[in-house]
Amino acid sequence: MTRKQRRGVLIGTCLVVLGVAVGLVLYAMRGSIVFFYGPSDVAEMTVRQGQRFRLGGLVETGSVARGDGTTVRFVITDGAKTLPVTFTGVLPDLFREGQGVVAEGTLEPDGVFHADNVLAKHDENYMPPEVAAKLKEQGVWQGDAGAEAPSATN
Amino acid sequence: MIAETGHYALILALGVAIVQMVLPIIGTRLRDPQLTAVAVPAAQAEFILIFIAFIALMTAYVTSDFSVANVWQNSHSAKPLLYKISGVWGNHEGSMVLWVLILALFGAAVATFGTNLPRQLQANVLAVQGSIAVAFLLFIVITSNPFARLNPAPFDGQGLNPVLQDPALAFHPPFLYAGYVGFSMAFSFAVAALIDGRIDAAWARWVRPWTLAAWMCLTLGIAMGSWWAYYELGWGGFWFWDPVENASFMPWLAGTALLHSALVMEKRDALKVWTILLAIITFSLSLMGTFLVRSGVLTSVHAFAVDPARGVFILAIMGVFIGGALALFAWRAPLLSQGGLFAPISREGALVLNNLLLTVACAAVLVGTLYPLALEAITGEKISVGAPFFNLTFVPLIVPLLIAMPFGPLLAWKRGDLLAAAQRLMAAAIVALAVMILVLAFNQKGPWLAPLGIGLGIWLIMGAATDLAYRVKLFDASGSETLRRLRNLPRAAFGGVMAHAGVGLMVIGLVATTAWRSERIEALAPGGPLDIAGYHLVFAGVAPRQGPNYSERVGMFEVTRGGSPVTELMPSKRAFAVEKNTTTEAGIHNSWRGDLYVVLGDELKDGAYSVRVYFNPLVRLIWIGALVMFFGGAVSLSDRRLRVGAPKRAEPKAATATAGK
Repeated sequence: MTRKQRRGVLIGTCLVVLGVAVGLVLYAMRGSIVFFYGPSDVAEMTVRQGQRFRLGGLVETGSVARGDGTTVRFVITDGAKTLPVTFTGVLPDLFREGQGVVAEGTLEPDGVFHADNVLAKHDENYMPPEVAAKLKEQGVWQGDAGAEAPSATN
Repeated sequence: MIAETGHYALILALGVAIVQMVLPIIGTRLRDPQLTAVAVPAAQAEFILIFIAFIALMTAYVTSDFSVANVWQNSHSAKPLLYKISGVWGNHEGSMVLWVLILALFGAAVATFGTNLPRQLQANVLAVQGSIAVAFLLFIVITSNPFARLNPAPFDGQGLNPVLQDPALAFHPPFLYAGYVGFSMAFSFAVAALIDGRIDAAWARWVRPWTLAAWMCLTLGIAMGSWWAYYELGWGGFWFWDPVENASFMPWLAGTALLHSALVMEKRDALKVWTILLAIITFSLSLMGTFLVRSGVLTSVHAFAVDPARGVFILAIMGVFIGGALALFAWRAPLLSQGGLFAPISREGALVLNNLLLTVACAAVLVGTLYPLALEAITGEKISVGAPFFNLTFVPLIVPLLIAMPFGPLLAWKRGDLLAAAQRLMAAAIVALAVMILVLAFNQKGPWLAPLGIGLGIWLIMGAATDLAYRVKLFDASGSETLRRLRNLPRAAFGGVMAHAGVGLMVIGLVATTAWRSERIEALAPGGPLDIAGYHLVFAGVAPRQGPNYSERVGMFEVTRGGSPVTELMPSKRAFAVEKNTTTEAGIHNSWRGDLYVVLGDELKDGAYSVRVYFNPLVRLIWIGALVMFFGGAVSLSDRRLRVGAPKRAEPKAATATAGK
């Protein structure tokens, strides 16, 4: 093999690997990215059924109701609109009424957001930044808070 | 007084670092040995001064001196001593002091133990290290003074985030930083070589131990972080593709590539330009990790700083060092001579493939980590890129690397024989296939990829064993000959075999846990039973208990298996009064089969509790694999070749002559 051919093999392999990588990244970008919406965003647009997204806002005071087993129902609000959420599992340590929360799941035909993952703030100052931004948009934001650890649960 | 001493020491260290940055460079330009020699004492003095500052800060923490703002914010008099100490680096300011302390430690080590380095190279390396120290010391002194005083001093502190009060996490940041900062050595050597405009195999031999040490620390640091997340965060996962995890994983991938390309350079004098570039990239990723974690652009346990000024400062540091190094690279790299030729099928070729796949996989992780930030900055749209993205991109890129891995060490340098290597690996392949079929037989319902994954893990371990067997001529020579060869085998070879086998162990753990994990979430009333993975759990009830700085509700679970008692698990929910925070402590029963993992949830109606139980099969192998990789690195580092150092390059006559006067 000449020097030129060797270089050709090297460059060819690099291009193949890079091409595969770019293809994989583009493919994954289409299918596996989760968008973040507030209840108002959900009301304004049509979310494809079965499309996973993150729903952020405050847990409406007085809305948390325990169902059978470990199922919990609550309402997420951004001040303007609300959306009911159902979740089966163990809630994070600092899930509280009136506090910021992010739920991940899908909007089902019954108009209820079925969450399979709930993230909550990790101390009394924490507000998930996405939630803070959405609340600012809706004009219900009060004061700036420091960011701390979000905790998650399934 | 102590705090002021620390502050003063930091400022002095900044001054010394400026001297260390400037004088040696001038010295090497003017060929003035006295100016050049300033580098060594300057690096040592810088370390001592930063060490004084660090000790001062630690004293303030241990004695609970709440007149220091940093201590007040992050400590409390009722906190156990270990966490008073780890509180020093459990916050932004203190962790930056630890960062520069480790940087200075590495610099001082090069100054003190690098006596076999050519003077000029050593001086240039220390000057580059000095410039990094200047940047970060400026950052600390200007934006993040850890010694700022409060007047009047508050009565007691605010405490440390309780999730961070954990033994594994106490030592996670120092190891992680030692890894990040350790790559600064490779960076400094690379930049010094570019300044010098020459580089040879000896250079790689000097760089390799530093890179290896940094890689070991980073491996251990990441493993500790993942272990902590596993048992402390209470949802049984070990890796979340969280941007902060990615921030430490990217330098690890690049560092692993660097470790292998430096091998080619040392042995065959090839891939010089690439190795230099990789050294720059690896440290750039470390800097980016620091930026992502420290700037507050990400939200996570690690995002201490939400001060935009700090983010901009670190961004500027990043710009200067990465931009500067790459510009220098573009300017000087063409000067470096190209070395040894090799055929595509050869040890070098295999290592090039390793580098290619590792860097491309690293790039995929980079895209997934930065894309949401870029998208939000440009369009304002918020997205999250999670595990599904990385499973679709990172995994398909890394699996070919794992399949090819056992071939690499069996190929000869320069021109290898793939067929011969395949023949040698026949036994390994047969064992891997047999295990795969066995797993498939027991796993007719489970995910069909799982047996392939387990087979891959076995393939890696057997491949590493094959490498060792051929090196010692097992079965080919007499027993005494094999023993003799085993004794004389360089430790670096052992280290490589261990590290590769460690990857195999980790793959088995990852695949088994991901594929066969069982999970149950139930509402359990006291006396209620729950069955999982052959274990029978009975919930005995919940009792209150008082800890040193928290109160907790402890759930009690009697665990039996086949009628015989196994253990009693006590998961709890801790309420920290000072921090006004609660944490979940999982109850975990370890065994070789896997971990039984119980989490106590909220109180429901009628005195029942929501309870989450996992069985994570073979999960321990993930961390055991990481430990084996770490010890492989340690064995390799103890190799005589690295301890003795590279043969001295003849110094230019003129320099020796002036030194003699």
